[in-house]
Amino acid sequence: MFHRESGVFKTSYAADMGLYPLPIARWAVAAFAGLFIVIAPLALSEYYVSILNLILIACVGALGLNILVGYTGQISIGHGAFMSVGAYTAANLVTQLHAPFWITIPAGGVMAALIGAVVGIPSLRIKGIYLAIATLAAQLIIEWTINHVPAISGGVQASIQVPRPTVFGTPLRTQTQLYLFLMAFVVLAIVGTSNLMRSRVGRAFIAIRDQDIAAEIIGINIFHYKLWAFAISSFYAGVTGVLYTYYLGIANYEQFQLTVSIDYLAMIIIGGLGSILGSILGAIFVTLLPILTRWFLEDFGWLFFSQADLLNAIPNLRLIMFGGLIIFFLVVEPEGLNRLWRNIRNYFRVWPFSY
Amino acid sequence: MRSMTALATIALAAALSLAGPAMAQQKGEILIGTQCDRTGPTQIVGIRICPAFQDYVNLVNSKGGVEGFKIVAPEIDNEYKVPPAVEAYERQKQQGAVSMSLYGTPQVQALNQKLEEDKIPSTSPGFGISASADGKRFPYLFPVAATYWSQGAAAVKFIKDKIGGDLKGKKIAYVFYDNPAGREPVPILEDLQKTEGYELRTFAVPPPGVEMGAQVLDITQRYRPDFIIDHLFGRSPSVAIKEYKRAGFPLTKVIGLVWASAEADIDAAGGWQVAEGYHTMQFAGAGDDFPVRQDIKAMYKAQGKEPPKEMDDTVIYNRGLLVAAVHIEAVRNAIKANGGQKPTPEQVKQGFESLHDFNLGGLVPPLKITGEDHEGGGWVQVFQAKGGKFVKETDWFRAYPEVVSNAVKKAE
Repeated sequence: MFHRESGVFKTSYAADMGLYPLPIARWAVAAFAGLFIVIAPLALSEYYVSILNLILIACVGALGLNILVGYTGQISIGHGAFMSVGAYTAANLVTQLHAPFWITIPAGGVMAALIGAVVGIPSLRIKGIYLAIATLAAQLIIEWTINHVPAISGGVQASIQVPRPTVFGTPLRTQTQLYLFLMAFVVLAIVGTSNLMRSRVGRAFIAIRDQDIAAEIIGINIFHYKLWAFAISSFYAGVTGVLYTYYLGIANYEQFQLTVSIDYLAMIIIGGLGSILGSILGAIFVTLLPILTRWFLEDFGWLFFSQADLLNAIPNLRLIMFGGLIIFFLVVEPEGLNRLWRNIRNYFRVWPFSY
Repeated sequence: MRSMTALATIALAAALSLAGPAMAQQKGEILIGTQCDRTGPTQIVGIRICPAFQDYVNLVNSKGGVEGFKIVAPEIDNEYKVPPAVEAYERQKQQGAVSMSLYGTPQVQALNQKLEEDKIPSTSPGFGISASADGKRFPYLFPVAATYWSQGAAAVKFIKDKIGGDLKGKKIAYVFYDNPAGREPVPILEDLQKTEGYELRTFAVPPPGVEMGAQVLDITQRYRPDFIIDHLFGRSPSVAIKEYKRAGFPLTKVIGLVWASAEADIDAAGGWQVAEGYHTMQFAGAGDDFPVRQDIKAMYKAQGKEPPKEMDDTVIYNRGLLVAAVHIEAVRNAIKANGGQKPTPEQVKQGFESLHDFNLGGLVPPLKITGEDHEGGGWVQVFQAKGGKFVKETDWFRAYPEVVSNAVKKAE
């Protein structure tokens, strides 16, 4: 991913499927892990770590959605609701049974996976924009149910306070502690996704995406694998919801509304469908860009506006710049940031002798 | 071509990464972090309440600040979304904010645990968590204004007085926006039903509440209530007013809770002649007759500028003044208690808890915030739309405090 690739001569299928195409890839990944797991939390102040935390949570959700949309070719506008399923499952387990995080996180994921698989049933008959509407209905039904069933939502406010997760007897309070906690799950999500895609199941997903009739003819059980795609993807969404709940200390249905589903779709479309690096880049882009544009406008806005107008101009201009930059990046490279990164890398690989 | 776009992208990324957040704080400055929603779903409130906060801070600074300190109130727009609110909170915490003016119910709920861990006092006027009136359970959250529970109780009291002192057998319709905030007053109304003996029926308006024709006919023609309580947000209050008018229901028998009660709602409903008679509940004084508003106009005049158009919506603008004034008085109390030194957030919390006896010329209710009561009493006023403006109908009052405090206790 982050290294030059000369001398790749693969002679066996095993080598072709290897996670690391070259020995240097192993070192590159190790260096990145060191940078983000050891150096970043030590070097950055709490404010920057809090931004990284928001990105980490988004990464898990974007990876999960990309399994469904990018790898299997199905679409879901219901992922915000699946997150809320995970969040409320965990919140109820914590408040009623005092369950620790290593039970609530898988439990939230499994519950979301079950509901996701049910929602995925229409995908067996309908595709594309029709499936989008079916999952939209799921989003609305789940939102309504949580909002109106006190047994799930814990009362009229529809929000349940959750204490911080405890690791080895210490509650995780600071942003840095939470960063390491969240990072563990992001690593699990990345490793899980990359291995899933090298497996029989992952290849079946890709076959369904590329041509589902052909996939059925060569013996892939479409019913089986489409539901698995929905279940696995919703599992990730449920885990995202639980992580978000632990990070904020509260499960609240207003944090998982339709706009959240759209935000996550935006992440994987901007980042690049069907790629792990793309999911991560998309999560970074959508979370960080509004913050960067705000810094930019705060630093340079006085050139164009008076101090009094600036407060009103910043939020509005920020929305315009955010939208404009999304269009810019998609026009420059419709296949997303992942492809853009590869183009840049290929350009510099032969630079300055590009012809 | 491909290489050109690649280079352009790199250049753009470099330009963006040049920008960094301003973090430094000057000596002799006190920082109050504020959040706002000028672009999201509640912008109808945000575009007026936030400039009011800034105007009040500027007014205080133009008069020499607070006990010699200049107040700085950086504002971050959270678009009514939770992640930007978390980012804004962390940034203002890092900058050294002594108190926070939060914005939005889900945002307040999401940040409440952080407030307790970081020990930073913050306000959530007219939104947030009703149970946070209990200062023991929510030590760093100050609703300051009447919560939805107090508002519901006050509405019943107002109707009782209006209808002639007895609610037995009377029919009340509670029309609410179908979200947690909308549903919140229901338990209070049900509790009061037992003692007051009225008949209650609730009507949930599904968001976004811009089409209420059939529902209003159901309320006015089939249920035929003696009084209607409107608890609506955003565009829906104006739609409700319009539909009541069309159905021939007298608006003198309707009372809107605090977010269904601004000049903007009357304008959107078709103007003052449509809304004539409509009752509104307020937690800050409405209208222009307050010295502080004249001071702000004079401040703008001294700078050679026109007063901002946001001031025309007196209801929401005055609420912004109230929130800013409460923060600044808390800071003032904290500085005094600290012997003229710059206070810590913990001292500002004490400052909030010793707030009493300031009323900004009648704009602020007779608040008395204590360690136990972070609501300050739950005071409201009722105004009526009459002849092109809101006319004061009652003085500051609070209703059934024992019922409300029971609900606060039960919320544990």
